Amino acid sequence: MITETRIVEGVDGRSAIVERPDAHADLMTVNMGPQHPSTHGVLRVILTLDGETVVDAVPEIGYLHTGIEKTIQCKRYEAALTCTDRMDYLSPLANNLVYCLAVEDLLGVDVPVRATWLRTLLVELTRIASHLVWLGTHALDLGAMTVFLYCFRERELILDLFEELTGQRMMTSYIRFGGLEQEAPDGWLDRVRKVNDSFPSHVDEYERLLTRNGIWKERLQGVGVISGEEALHYGMTGPSLRGSGVDWDLRKKQPYLVYDQLDFRVPVYPQGDCYARYICRIEELRESQRLVQQCLKLLPSGPIRSDDRKVVPPPKEELASSMEAVIHHFKLLTEGLHPPVGEVYRAVESPRGELGVFLVSDGSNKPRRCHVRAPSFANLQALPRLCRGHLVADVVAIIGSIDIVLGEIDR
Amino acid sequence: MQNATPAAGPDQSGAPTASLSLVEAAVVCLRAAFPTSEIRAASAFGDSWAVVPGNLIVDACRALRDDPATACNMLVDVTAVDLLPRAPRWEVVYNLLSLAHNARFRLKVEVEDGPEPLVPSVSSVYAGANWYEREIFDLMGIRFSDHPDLRRILLPEDWQGYPLRYDHPLGGEEVGFTS
Amino acid sequence: MGLETSFGDSIITTTIEKVADWGRKSSIWPATFGLACCAIEMMSTGASRYDLARFGAELFRASPRQADLLIVSGRVCQKMAPVLRQIYDQMPEPKWVISMGACASSGGVFNNYAVIQGVDKIVPVDVYVPGCPPRPEALMDGILKLQEKISRERLVARKAS
Repeated sequence: MITETRIVEGVDGRSAIVERPDAHADLMTVNMGPQHPSTHGVLRVILTLDGETVVDAVPEIGYLHTGIEKTIQCKRYEAALTCTDRMDYLSPLANNLVYCLAVEDLLGVDVPVRATWLRTLLVELTRIASHLVWLGTHALDLGAMTVFLYCFRERELILDLFEELTGQRMMTSYIRFGGLEQEAPDGWLDRVRKVNDSFPSHVDEYERLLTRNGIWKERLQGVGVISGEEALHYGMTGPSLRGSGVDWDLRKKQPYLVYDQLDFRVPVYPQGDCYARYICRIEELRESQRLVQQCLKLLPSGPIRSDDRKVVPPPKEELASSMEAVIHHFKLLTEGLHPPVGEVYRAVESPRGELGVFLVSDGSNKPRRCHVRAPSFANLQALPRLCRGHLVADVVAIIGSIDIVLGEIDR
Repeated sequence: MQNATPAAGPDQSGAPTASLSLVEAAVVCLRAAFPTSEIRAASAFGDSWAVVPGNLIVDACRALRDDPATACNMLVDVTAVDLLPRAPRWEVVYNLLSLAHNARFRLKVEVEDGPEPLVPSVSSVYAGANWYEREIFDLMGIRFSDHPDLRRILLPEDWQGYPLRYDHPLGGEEVGFTS
Repeated sequence: MGLETSFGDSIITTTIEKVADWGRKSSIWPATFGLACCAIEMMSTGASRYDLARFGAELFRASPRQADLLIVSGRVCQKMAPVLRQIYDQMPEPKWVISMGACASSGGVFNNYAVIQGVDKIVPVDVYVPGCPPRPEALMDGILKLQEKISRERLVARKAS
C-alpha cells in the first residue's frame, strides 16, 4: 500500500506528520443493478468508489434489448406500429406519433385538422402521465413515498381516459397513419376537461410536499451539475438540457402538430443540477395542463382520419357498395402500404427529450431501416460525468433526475 | 435517394425544410475544407444531406461544428443502413443539429462491404457519438477506428453475429402459422 | 370439534399445514423485478387505487433474499436471462414465480433473437398472467390464484395410496 506523508498545520499552530494511504490504491468496485429498486429499469452501473465518493460510474445497458428495430424491419408498416408503443413505455402515444409522422412524410398524406388537434391533446396528456411516473419514482427513490402514491392516483385518472378512448391503458397504438384510429366516445371530452381542471391543485399538492422541503433541496441542489455546453456535447435533450440553461424545445423551435397555434412557455433553468431539472418538469406539468385546456377549447369538428384510400382502409359501410373500396381494403390488409423510395428523419419532443425516427424506405411494404433516436440513450451517456465526485446516494438522485426509460435505450 | 427538391410534405407536421442558408453554408464549408474530394449533396422529403468520403468524416464534423455559418453543435444521432445487395453496402448516417440556426443537416459515409468495414470514430468531436458507434458495431459489425471503448453495448459480450444486417434472420421460435 | 366446544372461543383446532399455508399466502412479499412495461402496471397494482397491500403483499423487497415471490414483469432478454436465474437462486425457499405479461409467459409480441420465448425456459413458473400489459386487476387475480395454490400445498409429501 502506497502511503503519502504530509505535514499538516493545525489551527493551534502546532503541526503534525500525517501518513495517509494513497487514495488511488484503495478504490472499490461496486455493482449496482441490473436488478435494483432505484435504477428505473434494468440498468447496471459499475461504480468505482473511494470510500463513499464516486470516482467513476459506468452504465452498462442492453439488459432490455428486444430487437425492436429488427422486428419493425421485418413487419409491414402498420403492423410495426404496435412495436413502437413498447419502446418508451411511459409515453407510448409519443412513440406512435413520431413513427406516424415519419411515414406520413414519406407518403405525403394529409391529416385532417381535428385529428391533429386531438393528437396534440393526447400527446400532452401522455406528457402529464409520464412526468407523474417520473415524479413518483424519483421521490420514492429518495424516500418520499407519499408523493409516489399521490402521483399514481392522478395517473390512474389519465389511464382511465386512455382506456375509454382507445381500449388500452398503456400500449394504445391509437395514432395511426392519416389520423387516429376512431372517434372519441360521447362525453369523453367532458371527462378530460374534468380531470384536467382538477389537475393544478394536485400539482400544488406535490409542490407543497417537495419544492421547499429542506431534505429534498439538500438531496438535489448542487448534485449532478452539468453545463449547457457539455450537455450539448453529449447530445442531451429535453428537461435534462433545459435544466442546464439551454432554451431548446422542439415544440417551440421546430413546431409540429398545432404547437405554433398554442400559447405555452418552456421552463429553462440555468443551474444545471438535479433541482433545476426537477423544477423544469414540475413546470412542464403545469404547462401541459394549460395546453390540454387550450386544445379542449379550440378543438374543431371534422373527420379524424384521412380519406386517402391508399393509406387508410375504407369504412365498413363502403365495402358493401363499392368494388374499389373492397380492392383497397384487400390490398391494404394483405400487402400493406408502399411508401416511395426515400428516407426521412422526424423528431418530436417526448417527455424525455428529442425522440426521433430515421426511416428508410426501399419502396416495399416493410421499412428497410427504422432507427429510433431515443432521448434517454444520449442523456444516460452523461451519467459518468454527472456522478463523478458525488456520494453513492447521489447516484440514485442523478439517475432519477435524468428520467431514463430503459425500453427506449435498449430497444 | 433521388436528387429531388423538397417534396410538399403535409402542413400539419410542420417540419421545417432545412433552412437553405444552413444547407448551402454546410456544402460550401465542406467543399472549401476538402477541395480535392467529391462531396455529393442531395435533398428529399424536406431533409438535406451530403455524402463525404469515410476518411474525411472526422474533419467534416469538426468543420461543421466549428464554422459559425453552420455551428452544428449537437450530434443528434449516428446510425447505419444496410443496403445489400447495393454496393457500397453500408451507409453510416450522422444527423447533426444547429441550435443557433435552428436547422438540421445530415452527413453520410458510404462503406464498402468486407470482413471488417471500418470508419473513423467522431467521438473526439462529439462526446455523444461514443455509444451510438458502439451500438452500430454491436448490431451491424462496422468498426470505428480510434474509438475509446469499442465493444458490444446491447448484446452480451460473447454474442456471435450482427443481428441488424439485412441477411441476418430475425430469429426466435418457429411458430405453427404466420400472418 | 370436541376441544372447541369444551373451551369456547379461546381455542381453534387446525392442522400445521393449514396454518403454515395461511401464513405464507397472506404475507407474500414480492421482489422488485420490474423489467419493462409490465413493471409500470405492477407499480400501479401496488399503488393507491389497486392497493396490493390489502392482500398481504405489503412490501416489495429489493433484496431477493428477503422475498418470497418473483413477479417477472416484462420481456427477458439475452443479457438479462442469467441475472434472472441468479436472482431466482438467491431467493430462499419457499418461493414462487408469477410470469406477468405476454412477453414473460411466451415471448409476447417479440419472436426474435433477443427475447427469451417464455421465462419458464429459465425458472419454474407457478402462475402465468396474460396481457400486454395485464391490467392491475389481472395481476391481482394472478396473485389470488397463487394464494389458492399455496393454500393447497403440503408440508409433507403424501404417500401414493
